[in-house]
Amino acid sequence: MRDVAIIGVGQTPVGEHWTTSIRHLAFEAASHALRDANIDKVDAVYVGNMLSGEITGQSHLGALVVDFMALNGVEALRIESACASGAAALRVGYLAIASELADLVLVLGVEKMTDTSGRQTTAMLAMAADAEYEVSQGISFVALNALLMRRYMHEYGWQRQDFANFAINAHANGMHNPNAMFHMKISPEAYAQAAMIAEPVGLLDASPVCDGAAAVVLAPARYAHILSPAPVKIRASAVGTMPLAVHDRKDPLTLESARLSAQRAYKQADVQPGDIDFFEMHDAFSIMAALSLEASGFADKGQGVRLALDGDIMLQGRLPTGTMGGLKARGHPVGATGIYQIVESVLQLRGLAGPNQVGNAHLGMAQNIGGSGATVITHILEAMDE
Amino acid sequence: MEHKVAHDWRLRGQRYRLEGEVCEHCGNKIFPPRDICPECHQPAKKPYTLSGRGEVYSFSTLSSAPEGFEAYAPYTVALIKLAEGPMLTAQLTDVAPNEVTIGMPVEMVTRRIRTQGEDGVITYGYKFRPALVAHAQ
Ligand SMILES: [Zn+2]
Repeated sequence: MRDVAIIGVGQTPVGEHWTTSIRHLAFEAASHALRDANIDKVDAVYVGNMLSGEITGQSHLGALVVDFMALNGVEALRIESACASGAAALRVGYLAIASELADLVLVLGVEKMTDTSGRQTTAMLAMAADAEYEVSQGISFVALNALLMRRYMHEYGWQRQDFANFAINAHANGMHNPNAMFHMKISPEAYAQAAMIAEPVGLLDASPVCDGAAAVVLAPARYAHILSPAPVKIRASAVGTMPLAVHDRKDPLTLESARLSAQRAYKQADVQPGDIDFFEMHDAFSIMAALSLEASGFADKGQGVRLALDGDIMLQGRLPTGTMGGLKARGHPVGATGIYQIVESVLQLRGLAGPNQVGNAHLGMAQNIGGSGATVITHILEAMDE
Repeated sequence: MEHKVAHDWRLRGQRYRLEGEVCEHCGNKIFPPRDICPECHQPAKKPYTLSGRGEVYSFSTLSSAPEGFEAYAPYTVALIKLAEGPMLTAQLTDVAPNEVTIGMPVEMVTRRIRTQGEDGVITYGYKFRPALVAHAQ
């Protein structure tokens, strides 16, 4: 095994790209990443995507991307693990270089979600849940998160308004990210008055349906400084799983998959939660943010909400999260999200995050959650000093 | 998403009668059936029918339903903790959304789950209603 580094990053703005097809979105992000890495050839391309077949009628994205990028003949695969497809593709790219089977790898996350109606897209997203025993009962992703959030409030005595800072922080950070979908500051009153989708989940607790693509170029860490002026080392890459259906979990309020994934990542990197300078967490819903913070060792069980309430998650706080807007404000183009988290982490570690720069950012963690938590993938990244 | 008759037919024992399994090694009750015990990891193929009694672990009312369920909105979905131990996901019926509480005793009934257009298949299955007779847990 050898160490792996990121030598280039690229992204498209997140939004409703009516005029751009999935192949053009992929091409744009990948081209930016290759240019940033100053290379034009790779040994392999791994594409993270959840729903291209269902939404756009286009499957087989690995071959399509290399075809469209004129990388003729190169190894290419599409990787799917629901909303964690992006980080899953990075995991595969990491394994390819760590195992010395490839030297230069392009990892892409892409999702085009706005070619179908909102109702259809909602039904397709639910494919990440248990088709026979959850979806068949009329459940949606919002509903699964609502079930978790209500039980969490019941067991630990939190009020809905206690979650407000998850949304307020995300939108404050999104203001200064030119690639974010939303640029709007929100107030505690706006959170309180937001329309309910499935009580207690309101509109501002949920991430938006959108399009986007993000890409990174990987290389062996020992050559990274020759290839890039500001490489970032992947200190850990770890996957954890738990039952697909919420009702099959021993304790639905413990993200056991996130706990396993984070513990494996800390062990691999030989660090503690307290060493992490910022956390790109998977705040697809406010309750997921709270459960992820707890399972990753940043808060005690039932106390993840306190990190939001106390302002710890803000840019100046103890553990800045969603530093470029997170899933709520940057947006959640599902299969691309895991790579956006990595691109944003690299910008922080390079000191290129502009007004959102976290002070002394040296060690960052990104966590991508698939479905209602059945797959969780954690990466720990570190700035590489000369 | 439309599905074929075979899909519903395969699941009839679970949908109509809550047919699960019991582990002969540790006594764990299993629903849905999976032929392996999640507790002790031993084979578990002995059929066991659950009573259909349980209580509400959590619930939420959807005002906007996913494709295929539009005609039924608003409806309330819940996690039901069954008396024998397993939990399942189901809709609540015969109760107003504002009358549902966590811990409320419920029992299984068979109801229409969804239809697929005028000529399409009608899917029946379990829903849960407030328990008519109080039962000891
Ligand atoms: Zn057993």
